[in-house]
Amino acid sequence: MTAISPAQHRNGVNSPGNLPSVASLGLSSSILELKAFFRNRERVAFTFALPVVLQLIFGMIFHGKVAGTNVPYREYFTTGIIAVGIVTTTFANLGTGVALERHDGTLKRLAGTPMPKVAYFIGKAVSGLVVSVLETAILLGTGVALLGLSVPHSAGRWLTFAWLFVLAVVVCSLAGVALSGVARSAQSAPVVFQFPYLILSFISGVYFVFGSLPKAIQDVAAVFPLKWLCQGLRSVFLPDSFARAEPAHSWQHGEIALVLGLWAVASLVICVRTFRWQGRDQAR
Amino acid sequence: MTHTEVALRVRGLRKRYGALTAVDGIDLDVRRGEVFALLGPNGAGKTTIVEICEGYRSRDGGEVSVLGADPARADRGGRGARLWRSRIGIVLQSGTESGELTVREIVRHYASSYPRHRDPDEVLAAVGLTGKAGARLRHLSGGQRRRLDVALGVVGRPELLFLDEPTTGFDPEARRQFWELISGLSHGGTTIMLTTHYLDEAEVLADRVAVIAAGRVRAEGTPAELGGRDVATATVSWQAEDGRHSTRTDTPSAVVAELSRRFGGEVPGLTVSRPTLEDTYLQLIGSHPGATRNGVHR
Repeated sequence: MTAISPAQHRNGVNSPGNLPSVASLGLSSSILELKAFFRNRERVAFTFALPVVLQLIFGMIFHGKVAGTNVPYREYFTTGIIAVGIVTTTFANLGTGVALERHDGTLKRLAGTPMPKVAYFIGKAVSGLVVSVLETAILLGTGVALLGLSVPHSAGRWLTFAWLFVLAVVVCSLAGVALSGVARSAQSAPVVFQFPYLILSFISGVYFVFGSLPKAIQDVAAVFPLKWLCQGLRSVFLPDSFARAEPAHSWQHGEIALVLGLWAVASLVICVRTFRWQGRDQAR
Repeated sequence: MTHTEVALRVRGLRKRYGALTAVDGIDLDVRRGEVFALLGPNGAGKTTIVEICEGYRSRDGGEVSVLGADPARADRGGRGARLWRSRIGIVLQSGTESGELTVREIVRHYASSYPRHRDPDEVLAAVGLTGKAGARLRHLSGGQRRRLDVALGVVGRPELLFLDEPTTGFDPEARRQFWELISGLSHGGTTIMLTTHYLDEAEVLADRVAVIAAGRVRAEGTPAELGGRDVATATVSWQAEDGRHSTRTDTPSAVVAELSRRFGGEVPGLTVSRPTLEDTYLQLIGSHPGATRNGVHR
């Protein structure tokens, strides 16, 4: 060990100094989050591979068209898998990460420094956004190359895709952070996220055609955002004629924006009111 | 003491967890530039006191002022809270992030949040992690992580540094090196408040010690005078032809002078002893070995 510079900066005068800006700290948090994610090869491989493998398996198993429509089933569930990709990279990945960092003491340490709390969330949000953009690009790529999905032709559909994607990333990230508080230990974090994620993907029209699900299940699913995200993505990638196969016989863009917006606000409120910088196992 | 001479001031501090009173009316003053140790057994309330001062925990009663501000307000964020945070350094009892970032990256990242931080490479050298600067956090040993904790605590060039049981789990050599680092920080003007249950650590590092047990201050003073051990009754013993003799006295010098006259110079096997810090400490926290032998304790 070697000597360390004194506590007084120069001439024994401690000027308060200038605090670094929130924007620059948010940027450096984002870079750090992305580095940490992409250096963990297993995490990268499995995060990206899960939806792609599901997509390919379903593509090999199911043929034919969605009943009463002209739309091949493969195209139908590819839109659902894109939704699952967004949920995996934001809700599950980000939420589990926050829960783990709460329990290993990272958040507690952070709270003891002048690092603005916003910078931490900026870092999480940016990494969630980057990873979900990549995931979506990969799923679109395999969908178009192998499963006959066609990329939208009109600017209007791209615009729908853009707002839907951003809103979905915001909702899923906030919901992930909100749910992270439920995990009472680092060990329980993955299951806490697996439960809603798996159940919702089965009732929201990802794997099964939503219009063919029992009414009761449709009603339950309609309370949660995934059903609306899937429906929105179908409106981007499937022909307009498919809207007739939806329970409401239309794409319901207004309702989609409303439900996702409400979930975003509710999750934000829960985050602000319940977010803890220490795990219960640490703050005795 | 004027306001500027005191780095940390606690008056009548109280904290309860349900039915348990963890801190039961504590007064403390830590002067600027000194190393102050909270010494006490596990569960004495040390961590609770320190974490209240760090702004991590709420209190149920009393006043706390750390660098002139109430830590209970530090949680509210904002510029004032960030400036206050930038003047203190915290080394927590447990927990370092692990993962894929390198040691240098994490130290640089934390450094960047302070207005007048130390050079990250200088800090890594000071804690002996230069050779591990490029290593990923998950590859560090327990001791190396602990040194990283210290590096993250001091990189912001704090005026006041909190260390909560900093050397638990260190091997003897690592402890010595750590003590040197802390002495170096102290000589550089950093005020240090540490908790420890190691007596030798308090004796080596601390200018003043408060012994805490069951949420109360049992004694306070320099390690040498703690609990009045500098003026406690001494034991003088020596070797005579018929065996070993000893006598307890408040005036050991006079006894030694008398013995010296009697033996005509050197006194064979002469020792003069006062209670060790350990004796005093065990008495203060109410678990003196004598009590155990008499079946009083436990």
